[in-house]
Parts: sequence; C-alpha cells; structure tokens
Amino acid sequence: MTYIGNKSDLRVVGTRPDRPDGVEKVTGRAVYGADFRLAGQLTGRILRSPHAHARIIKIDTSKAKALPGVKAVMTAEDLPNITSEEAFVGEGPTNFRDQSLNVMARGKVLYEGHAVAAVAAMSPSIAEAALALIEVTYEVLPHVIDVEEAMAPGAPILDENLFTAGVDPKPTTPSNIAKKIILKSGDIDAGFAKADVIAEGRYVTAAVHQAYIEPHACVATIGADGQATVYASSQGHFMIRSFCAKLLGMEISNIRVIPLEIGGGFGGKTIVYLEPVALKLSQISGKPVKLVMTREEVFRASGPTSGAVVEVKMGAMKDGTIVAAQAVLKYQAGAFPGSPVQPGLMCAFAMYDIANVHVTGYDVISNRAKVAAYRAPGAPISSYAAEQVVDDLARQLGMDAITIREKNAAKAGTKTVYGVTFPEIGYEAVLAAAKSHAHWKAPLGKNQGRGIATGFWFNIGGESSASVFVNEDGSVSVVSGSPDIGGSRASMAMMAAEVLGIPVDNVRPIIGDTASIGFTNVTGGSRVTYATGMATVQATEKVIEQLKQRAAMIWDISPDAVDWKDGQAVPAGANAGGFDPLSLAAIAAKAGKTGGPIGSEVSVNAQGAGPGFGAHICDVEVDRETGQTTIIRYTAIQDVGRAIHPSYVEGQIQGGAVQGIGWALNEEYIYGA
Amino acid sequence: MSGLSYTAPSTISEAVSLLANASGLAKVLSGGTDLLVQMKSGRLKPALIVDTKKIPGMIGIREIDGAFVIGAATSGALMGEHAGLVAAWPGVVEATNLIGSTQVQGRASLAGNLCNASPGADSPPAMIAAGAIAVIAGPAGTREVPVEAIVTAPGRTSLAKGEFITEFRLPKKPARSGDAYLRFIPRTEMDIAVVGCAIAVTLDANGVCIAAKVALGAVAPTQLVVAGAAAALIGNKLTDAVLAKLDAECQAVCKPITDKRGTIEYRTKVAGVLARRVAAIAFQRAGA
Repeated sequence: MTYIGNKSDLRVVGTRPDRPDGVEKVTGRAVYGADFRLAGQLTGRILRSPHAHARIIKIDTSKAKALPGVKAVMTAEDLPNITSEEAFVGEGPTNFRDQSLNVMARGKVLYEGHAVAAVAAMSPSIAEAALALIEVTYEVLPHVIDVEEAMAPGAPILDENLFTAGVDPKPTTPSNIAKKIILKSGDIDAGFAKADVIAEGRYVTAAVHQAYIEPHACVATIGADGQATVYASSQGHFMIRSFCAKLLGMEISNIRVIPLEIGGGFGGKTIVYLEPVALKLSQISGKPVKLVMTREEVFRASGPTSGAVVEVKMGAMKDGTIVAAQAVLKYQAGAFPGSPVQPGLMCAFAMYDIANVHVTGYDVISNRAKVAAYRAPGAPISSYAAEQVVDDLARQLGMDAITIREKNAAKAGTKTVYGVTFPEIGYEAVLAAAKSHAHWKAPLGKNQGRGIATGFWFNIGGESSASVFVNEDGSVSVVSGSPDIGGSRASMAMMAAEVLGIPVDNVRPIIGDTASIGFTNVTGGSRVTYATGMATVQATEKVIEQLKQRAAMIWDISPDAVDWKDGQAVPAGANAGGFDPLSLAAIAAKAGKTGGPIGSEVSVNAQGAGPGFGAHICDVEVDRETGQTTIIRYTAIQDVGRAIHPSYVEGQIQGGAVQGIGWALNEEYIYGA
Repeated sequence: MSGLSYTAPSTISEAVSLLANASGLAKVLSGGTDLLVQMKSGRLKPALIVDTKKIPGMIGIREIDGAFVIGAATSGALMGEHAGLVAAWPGVVEATNLIGSTQVQGRASLAGNLCNASPGADSPPAMIAAGAIAVIAGPAGTREVPVEAIVTAPGRTSLAKGEFITEFRLPKKPARSGDAYLRFIPRTEMDIAVVGCAIAVTLDANGVCIAAKVALGAVAPTQLVVAGAAAALIGNKLTDAVLAKLDAECQAVCKPITDKRGTIEYRTKVAGVLARRVAAIAFQRAGA
C-alpha cells in the first residue's frame, strides 16, 4: 500500500485545492435535508412531552385522525416493542430498545420534548392542527435533572428495570446509575503516600448542544412492496439503515438510505430521531413523508453532550513527578444509558506517564434528552478537570505549567490505564512547540490571564468502503460511504489523485448511498480520513494494477513490464520495449477493447490509527466590574499527522477551539427557570 | 383553519380604519422581526396584519433645521447610514444598531422595537434619553407623546385600538451635548440586554452639566427614566464622587427579575457600572 504519510515527494496531498462541494454550497445549490422533496410528499410533525417525567395513561388520536387532510397518525404502539439489544451502530455503544423508546415514548415520557406521537398531513398547518387534536393523558411523576441528585438515594427512578452494572454483588434495587466503571493501575494509596504535594478539585461542566447549523431532516418513502428509501442528512446513512431496520422490524436489504448534504454534526448526527418515524408514517399513509425538526426541537430532543461532575486528586513529588492520579467521573447520560464516561475515564490522564492511577466512572440517567456524541465524546470533560489539577500541582511546586507536563509526558512505551502501550506519539513534540511559541512568553496586560490545557484522543479506524472508477475519458470518480462533514470528499479525491499521479481536478468525489457502496461506519471518532482514506488508496492501487494490465495488452507485453508513473503507463525498463507512455485517457479510451470498464471497490476494517494530542494556550481578559470575559489570544498546537488538505484541518482546529470557548464561557441548559 | 388577512394600505387613514375596525387580533407590521417570530412560534395568532411600509413617510429620515423626523418603520441600517443623524444622536443610532444581527438591522424598525414592549429592548432607552417624541395616528386624530409614555408593561403599550406610531421626532441637539448607549450581554453579539443604559447630557462652557436625562432598560417591567441619576449629574463635572452618586441612583431604582440572563443582584450592580461608563462617553461627546 502507498503510505501517504511517509511520502516526501507529495504533489497533491498537503496542497489546498478548492473544495469539491464549495461552489454548490456557496451558491445555495447544495441539497440539505430540509431542501429535499418528493412529489406528493406529506408534512410530518411530532408531538412532544411537556413534562420531564410522566406516565402516559392514554393517547387519544381519534380527533386528529378524523381531521381532513391528515393521512397518518402514529404512536409507539405502531412500532415493534423490541427487546433490549446492544447496538454498536453510532459513535458509542447504545441499545436498540433505548433508541426505539427515544424515538417514540412508550409507557412513560422521560424528558421535556420526548416524542409521544406523530402525524403526517397534506400541509404544515393541517399537521399542526392535528397535533393540537391529539389528547394525551399523563400522570406526572417527580423528576430529576441534576446528575448528583439522580445518583442520590431516594431520587425519582426513571427505569424500574435498571440496576447498576459493574457493582458486585448485583444490586437488588433499581437505580439511575446505569453503570459503574473502574480503571486502575499501580497502587493509588502508595502513590499518594509518596507525594510531596497534593492538589484536588471538583469540577462541574454543563450539558451543551452540538448546535449544528442544520436541524435534523429527512424524507422517507415506502412502497406497497415494502421497499423503502430514506433521504436524510446524517453522519452515517448506514447507521440510519441499521436503526430503521431494527426499530421497524424490517430487513436491511429493503431499506436504501441516500445521503444528503449535511450542515454540521459534531457527533450529534450519529443516532436517529426522525427516520423511523417518517418511514412508519409513510407506511401508514402510502405517501412520502418529510420530517424537519425546528431549532427548538433540536435543543429539546436531540444531542446534547453530557454535563458532568468530575472530582480529581493528584499527587506529585518535589521534582514534579506525578505519582498518583485519581478521578471520579459522574456523567449525565440523559434519559437512557450511554454517556461517554468510558472514553472520559480513558482520556483523563492519557497525556501522562503516571505509575498509580485510579479512575471511577458513573453513567447516570436523568430527565434530560439522551446525550449524543460531541467532538471526542467524553474527553474534554475529564481533561478539563484533570488539567486544572495539573496546573494546581505546578503552582504548588513553583513549576512552569508546560514543564510539569513535559516532566510527566506520555511517550512511546508508556502504558495507559486502559491497557494500551503507546507507540511513537506526538505529545512531547506538541509540548515543545507550545513552549517555544511566542504566545507562551508574551506579556499580559491588566486584568488578563493565560491558561494552557492539553488533550488526547484515540482516533479510530473501523469499517469503510470506497470505490474508484476510471471514466471513458480518463477522468476518475471516487465513491465512498462516508458522509462529508469535514472535508472527506476533498481528502478522498486528493489521495486518489496522489496515488494515480494525476491532478485532483480530474477526480470527482461523491458519497455513495447504502445500496451503491459497501458498508461504512459513521463519520465520527476521527476515523474517516484514515479508514475511508485507506479504502480509497487501496482501491486506487487496484485500479493502477488494472491500468498496467491494460497497457500491457495494448503493447502486448507482460504486465510486470509496465510501470505507473506520473499518471501514465510506461515501459518498466529498456527490455520492456520502446513504447510511448499511455495516459489514463488513452487507456480509458480502449477499455472496451481490453476487458471492459476499469474500476475497483475496497472495503477495510482499518486498524492502527495513531492517537492525537493537542495543547491550547488561551489569554483572557476579565472585566472585574461585570465579569465579562474576552478571549484576547488563542493558540492551538495540534498533532494532526499528515494533513491531507491543510485548510480543512485548520478549520477543524478553529471550530474545535470556538466550540470549546462557547462550552467554557457561554453555553448550558437551564431547566426549571 | 383560522384565516389570516394581510393588507398594505397606502395612507395613514386607511391603516387606522383597518386597525380600528378589525374584529380579531390586528397587528401592525413594519420590519416584522418580532411579529413573524411570534407568529411562527405560535405565541401570536393575528387575524389581520396591517403592513405600514407602503405608507409614504413611514420609512426614511428627514432633517429639519437640525431636528430629525424618523419614519416609524425606518430600519436601524438606514439610521446607521444617515451621517447627520449619526453626528447628532450617536447614542440613538448605536442602540438601534445593537438590535439582532446585520440582517435583522436591515428590517427591524424603531416603532417595532418600541411597541414589542420588551423590557430589554435596546433603542427605547436611547430614544428616551434623547427626548424623542412619538407621533401617533388613530381614530381620534394625531397625538404626540414622549417615547417613555408608550410602554406600560411587558408586551403592553398605551396605544389604543386603531392607533399606531407614524414617526419619531428627535430635537435639534443643543450645543455642547452628547448622548450614548451601552448594553451588557455576556457575549458580544445577538443577545438580549441584561442591562441597557442611555444618557444624554448638555454641558456649559466650563464643562459643567446643565441638563441630563438617564434611562435604563432590562431592569424593570418598562424602561426607567432615572430622575435621581440626572440630578446627580446636573450642576457637576464628572468627578469620582459624581460617578458614585450616579451609580447609586441607578441601582436604587432597579426592579429587575432574576432569569437566565442574570440575577436581581447582578443586574442591579451592572446598571450602576454601565451608567458610569455611559456618562463618561456622553460627557466626552459633549466636549468635556
């Protein structure tokens, strides 16, 4: 395989060509979820719970059904009552039954905004009127919002059948704590005994929404033969297909999901909310049904990430060596289990080589919308707390904040608390870059302060598929199964062009639907450039092999005697014969006579992704009279590996920093106000 | 389905007649940046919308001997582009140009910002401090009232059925005068005031304040005219002691609520802080 990361003579990778989706998006031609329409489509609307926690005594839909223009009304009774089953479909583990209950409440509503019924009608106003005619009788129950209150004895219990996993002996009373997880290495008590200084703190983070610009939207249609098509924007159309099949009891082969342009996801579009509902409404009505969330519905019923309470205690010796690190993570999961507390535990201290680590995590449900992935799910929450305590240690020791991190930096051979031993990694290089950056030593003005924090994310590989076709004129199409939320089309085209040795303008990248390309996991976990890129590079290499064979046929020599160089087939050496090079176009023109169309599809389960590290330095100025905080200067140092399209990588870093600033300073959910 | 009628009359009397004779809820539309949002969210279900933008004079700014007549449906963007208005009443223009986004500023009108009757509206405190007069057309004819007499409670105004504002009048700016407006929001754009404060002052040749008007927003059910704060300024230069008195007078009249944007204590304290800062700008503009 071509290792793009190691090539020193790259011609396409590392450049900044115009993005292939740029003109469409700038001119408004790009078709996002809400833009798409089918002839005869109905407007769907979802009725949502006004209560945080209530038993559904009765849902009377008869008046809504009787309203002229209403073509379908559904509740959870119209969906199969599926059993509990672990699902590894989105970015984190979830459960098909929970997803079913989240898509449409059954028996109980668990948060304000929880879907209880849906309608499809001839017009938006009829659909709105129909919602108002649905009569739901609730028995309002005590509710709990705060994570620690939800953990406390006597808290209102959301699920009478939920018993804390990970506790021995198995509990006999139900709890809102879905799971307790402990990761440890060394001997934490012995570690603290060796410490000369100890720092500790309790840190609270807010639940914040991913706040993608585009609300969730889809159009679904299902025929009398049971063949269904869903048009939706998401971070994974195969994910949508999996959930629809399971939640509706359909065969996967009967569902085709066609990806539309996506207006941001940040992890929040790795699960379904609308698609199974739209399909069911289509099935009942016999018409295509379009569902589009309002911004208010997005905030009430989708996303957010976990709010959390994190308690951290760390000990260090006089020379700065951190000898003990302990943390307790209490993560909100929303109404169903599945907070990212596990990656939170794994990431908290992953930047450091610490002999004695003990981290405990709690996955806690409460009467909030079910959490969804958000930019390195779980990691910023625990890192935030751990990094503050590292700073406290440095202050107690009179050490520079970067120096203490260098002193304890994870490096090749460091074993993490979750068992992995790091290969060559970039953390020390990141710290060195931060320390030598002018920002770190720049003078500060009145009422200004400077902070630094570092972070870690695994990066993953996983299942991806890509195909590469040579068109009749020698231009190239690249099809992948990855929705493009951050430049993957540009990256795939650039990698294919690099391997083929042709200009990127000759490569057109598209995203294939679920019936047109092999299975591909969601765009998430920082996996697509790596895994889908690997599939693209391998497919391109197979195409080059075919091109060499075709050239060999044309020249009537052995394929071994053909080389591929600068986008052309050339004789491998003097012995191969004195042929003029054959361009892609020349070979493509004769494809019909040399064996037919040229193309290849490759599916991979990519392994071996390298972890990423970052260090961000931020200066703030605080207005002491109002508390207003202004960011004065922000420098991000990020270990990105090989930047395929550096502008996109910079955009990712800038976007991450901006979302982090918003999380730190401005954003939260306020209930009961 | 309930019906919704839209009409865009071309005369004031026609508009008055439509509004006065409407059987259901009738709403005046100028920029629509509040009305349409309230309709889309389901909070308001008007039976009749009377669009005033087609009435001559409703949009535009006229300067008459140094005084200004601003059509009620004039957008903040137009005000920001009027060099004479910006030079004379910069505080009024600043306040209007803090409303919403750039796009909203292209539509949102002075009358709409006032008659939406939000305690946190940005332009009313500045208009009040500047001594703006609202001209109201109605079934009984035309009347003129100070801007502070329009809003009576959140969402409520003193306009009777059939009445709507046709224009605002800003006086000729006296010599050695200046106005300013500041609002506090936790972020820098696109939010509703936690506190707003406007001050207009006139100084004598020695820089001593001889006239002042202080208005606060978002700290009570309506905008407040703070007579005590004006009294603290009049007869004085802007010394530390005067600023402290101004701060205290503003804090003393605040009757805010605690909500997601700020607590009673916070809003009250920030009202005093803003008043000091606004006074400094207004005095400087007046030539102090």
